[in-house]
Amino acid sequence: MGNSSYRSKTGGLIDRSQTIHFWFDGVRYPAHPGDTLASALLANGVRLAGRSFKYHRPRGILAAGSEEPNALVELRTGARREPNTKATVVEVFDGLEAFSQNRWPSLKFDVMSINSLLAPIFTAGFYYKTFMWPAALWEKLYEPAIRRAAGLGRASDDPDPDRYEKLTAFCDVLVIGGGPAGLMAAVTAARSGARVILADENFNLGGRAIDDASVIDDQPAAQWVCAIEAELDQHSDVRVMRRTSVFGTFDGGTYGALERVSDHLPSPPSGIPRQRMWRIVAKQTVLASGATERPIVFGNNDRTGVMLAGAVRTYINRYGVLPGRRAVVFVNNDYAASTARDLVRAGAAVVAIVDSRPGSTDAVRAVARDVGCPLLDGAVVIDALGSQRLKGAVVRNAAGSTETLSCDLIAMSGGWNPNIQLTTHLGGKPQWSEQLSTFTSGVLPPGMSVAGAASGEFSLKGAIVGGAKVGQVALTQCGYQPVDCAIPSAISESAAMSPLWRVDGGRGKAFVDQQNDVTTLDIELAEREGFRAVEHLKRYTTLGMATDQGRTSNVNALAIMAELTQKSIPQTGMTMARPPYTPVAIGAFAGHHRDKHFKPTRLPPSYAWAKSHGAVFVETGLWLRPSYFPRPGERDWLESVTREVKTVRNSVGICDVSTLGKIDVQGPDAAAFLDKIYMNAMASLAIGRCRYGCMLREDGILLDDGTVARLGQHHYFVTTTTANAGKVFQHLEFCRQWIWPHFDVQIISATEQWAQYAVAGPHSRALLRKIVDQPFDISDQEFPYMQVGEMTVCGGVQARLFRLSFSGERAYEISVPARYGEAFMAALLEAGEEFDACPYGTEALGVMRIEKGHISGAEINGTTTPTDVGLGAMMSRKKDFIGNVLGQRAGLLDPDRPTLVGFQPVDRGQRLRAGAHFLARGVKEIAENDDGYMTSVAYSPTLGHWIGLGLLKRGPQRIGEIVRAFDPLRGYDTLVEVVSPVFIDAKGERVRG
Amino acid sequence: MRITCPYCGNRSLDEFLYHGDAEPQRPDATADNAMDAFVSYAFERTNPPGQHHELWYHEAGCHAWLVVTRHVSTHAISSVDIARDLAKARTPNTAGRA
Repeated sequence: MGNSSYRSKTGGLIDRSQTIHFWFDGVRYPAHPGDTLASALLANGVRLAGRSFKYHRPRGILAAGSEEPNALVELRTGARREPNTKATVVEVFDGLEAFSQNRWPSLKFDVMSINSLLAPIFTAGFYYKTFMWPAALWEKLYEPAIRRAAGLGRASDDPDPDRYEKLTAFCDVLVIGGGPAGLMAAVTAARSGARVILADENFNLGGRAIDDASVIDDQPAAQWVCAIEAELDQHSDVRVMRRTSVFGTFDGGTYGALERVSDHLPSPPSGIPRQRMWRIVAKQTVLASGATERPIVFGNNDRTGVMLAGAVRTYINRYGVLPGRRAVVFVNNDYAASTARDLVRAGAAVVAIVDSRPGSTDAVRAVARDVGCPLLDGAVVIDALGSQRLKGAVVRNAAGSTETLSCDLIAMSGGWNPNIQLTTHLGGKPQWSEQLSTFTSGVLPPGMSVAGAASGEFSLKGAIVGGAKVGQVALTQCGYQPVDCAIPSAISESAAMSPLWRVDGGRGKAFVDQQNDVTTLDIELAEREGFRAVEHLKRYTTLGMATDQGRTSNVNALAIMAELTQKSIPQTGMTMARPPYTPVAIGAFAGHHRDKHFKPTRLPPSYAWAKSHGAVFVETGLWLRPSYFPRPGERDWLESVTREVKTVRNSVGICDVSTLGKIDVQGPDAAAFLDKIYMNAMASLAIGRCRYGCMLREDGILLDDGTVARLGQHHYFVTTTTANAGKVFQHLEFCRQWIWPHFDVQIISATEQWAQYAVAGPHSRALLRKIVDQPFDISDQEFPYMQVGEMTVCGGVQARLFRLSFSGERAYEISVPARYGEAFMAALLEAGEEFDACPYGTEALGVMRIEKGHISGAEINGTTTPTDVGLGAMMSRKKDFIGNVLGQRAGLLDPDRPTLVGFQPVDRGQRLRAGAHFLARGVKEIAENDDGYMTSVAYSPTLGHWIGLGLLKRGPQRIGEIVRAFDPLRGYDTLVEVVSPVFIDAKGERVRG
Repeated sequence: MRITCPYCGNRSLDEFLYHGDAEPQRPDATADNAMDAFVSYAFERTNPPGQHHELWYHEAGCHAWLVVTRHVSTHAISSVDIARDLAKARTPNTAGRA
């Protein structure tokens, strides 16, 4: 296929020396570098781009930029398939594959377009009204059917293969938009030495100066833009970011921007991300984001071939493409002049200029005369004719009679709306300008100023002058000296307009929001049914709620509602935008933080050793901890865990407990401080001794538990649970800095400084004796239960020994500086060989603590008090501490509260399940009869059956009772006996040896 | 949003943790009305529009607790103070030291 006949012979910023090819719905078409998918489709005479959302009407291309509501396509295939991409912003590359959306079986014949005939029932609020009952049918029938019929594109089901980056940039002046105003602001600021970032969503700069092939400083705009770009490149403190959409304004001069690094390439080059998410921190911001043209609302105004006049000029001037050969220009403003002129110059026939203003204006009359086309003033287009291809326009003239003009293009313009979305993200309310008949920015975000069309200054000259002025203000605000620079010459074309919001009398539906298929009838219905406030209008009709956020529809809809309610537009409401200004892929927000990179993985000191010894790991918070160490011949985890538990109970085992939070507390007030933190006394702890401690939240609920060791008069070392290490440290800092600021105490986290191992079992002391250096006495006399001491091991390595037990056996925790952690693990196991010592993981650790009735995260779960878990007696009555007062609230002391007890199955062969709820026997299974729930379960190798811990109403008084453990979710219902939570060694003799 | 930490300088919001209102002061646990006072301290907040004094923690920085004065409608931050300094000035030194 050769180059198509809709491409002009010359002109445009495309590279005609190269021909590339792309695919649309399986057909191969030629294009040139510099084309968008939309311009390339038009060049090839392809008008039909997709089917509409609700009525499945054939739709073409309305616009030439990111405001496009209709031409949404799927790009690429496989894992890179991307739905809802605007053909107007997609750069064509060789081999690009694009597909139309929302059609079945084909774009030209779509069975769902029957919806269009059923239109009377698909009105506003249709879903709310129709699918009310029976409610049961929603999930099974209505919703899947609606979703299939009404969806837009399809996302890929595969993981995104591309990479995304997140970066932060700082600058003095951020310029948003690279049209004439933005370029002038950027170059003015750059010349004074300011650090400037210029971001433009397009792949080349110039904005409407290029779209309109304007003349600046007596040269074509494209040349002038090139010269400015070259100058900006010379400034080392200027960064020009093309293909970059600033999508959000945030507090503190922070802006979100999306740079499409590789979307214009078949796939990202090696090492290059697909997109970059920028956080730009700017002292001053110039918003030069231009304006979006308003469609005119008339019958069948969604037909392919009805296009915004500014887009028509863009396709002609920027891409050398003629969107139609016989054009009707339909306006309420003077842009009829440039549109008709550009069309004729490019070789099209202008059938007529239809200007809704009686008498039109001199500027338009002059051009009509020049190009030799009729000017119908005071006239309107009431209907577009043709279905998949535009065939004509029905025009009603000033006298009220209608005629049909044959045409294949209607270039319409209802005036312009400044792109002020970024001014409203922090709550700034737009203001209605009677003079411009549009909204302009109100109170601006701190540090922002607006220039060019975004400020309502639509002429080229006004953009250039305004851009330079605003740039100068911004650089001065940043403390730079302005440099004199000449203002380039440019024309001041007329933007005169007279509002025309909608045309009545058409036979076809008149669309206001083309992306969500909202028509004037829907707005009238919303008005009749009382949904007149703009926020109600939006939600009732879905107007403005599509991916384009109503950029071509919001103002028209407001104006129509104002007409219907006979109010002014500002009385009717205003449109406020939220970020993002243009859609942003979730992948870009995630950046590198995907999969395992979502959070860091922390490895305990013995990780490498454990890995080489076949450990199976489990994630506990950020940590990767050995769960158990299977041995050859063991059939499953339970067999390995059972062996590890038995080894500890009969001989000795070693477990890496370095993940426990460790906090070093020092200072003259360390003792007094810890007395405030823990519910039990800590000041009375003797030097060289350890104590179990619990801390509460101020509301009396358990926060964490752990051990406190006193190493000196002014020196404590405390441990927290693995999960709460960060939270507890923050809590201690809060108490130290804010609640008791006079305490002379310092804290520091030492979690990562020490490798700490539990050495547990009857032979633990004998094993340690081989490790601890000779001068240090660890006999039971010198080193009894709950003793702590500093010593050396393995011939001089600094160590701390704590005689603590979580397993209930004689046990120690020994710590060495973390860098020795791996070697020390190996040394411990080597020393343990004669005892058949084994490493054990978190599973065996959990089993043994449940056998001993020790609480853990399942019991300290943010709802339990010390009394609930049987530790009420530990609470000091003699001192103030966090949680002291509110812990005495009557509700927390209610004896009916579920309280910790143990459970074992009546039929010892049955297993238990955590999460099962307790019911007294013979009562109905309803929430009112819920007596609590099972928190932790384990198979006890020591007892030979399953055991559990749980919170049971008045539990301690119900020892010996049989209750039901009921778990309807997993279909589990068994009888259990209430027993003491301490399953073995109730007297606690074994910890003492 | 950005917060200027007195120790670390102007930093991005994601280095900080928000804690809550800095107005309530921990009551005297020995007073007669201690229970009512603590209930109010722990649970009751007025949340008026306008300027708030808020506690923030510079978690990914110096670990300082800060009192940030922020207008909750505009998010404009008018001052950032070191919480410990304010607390010291406010409360009598009952520790008898420092």
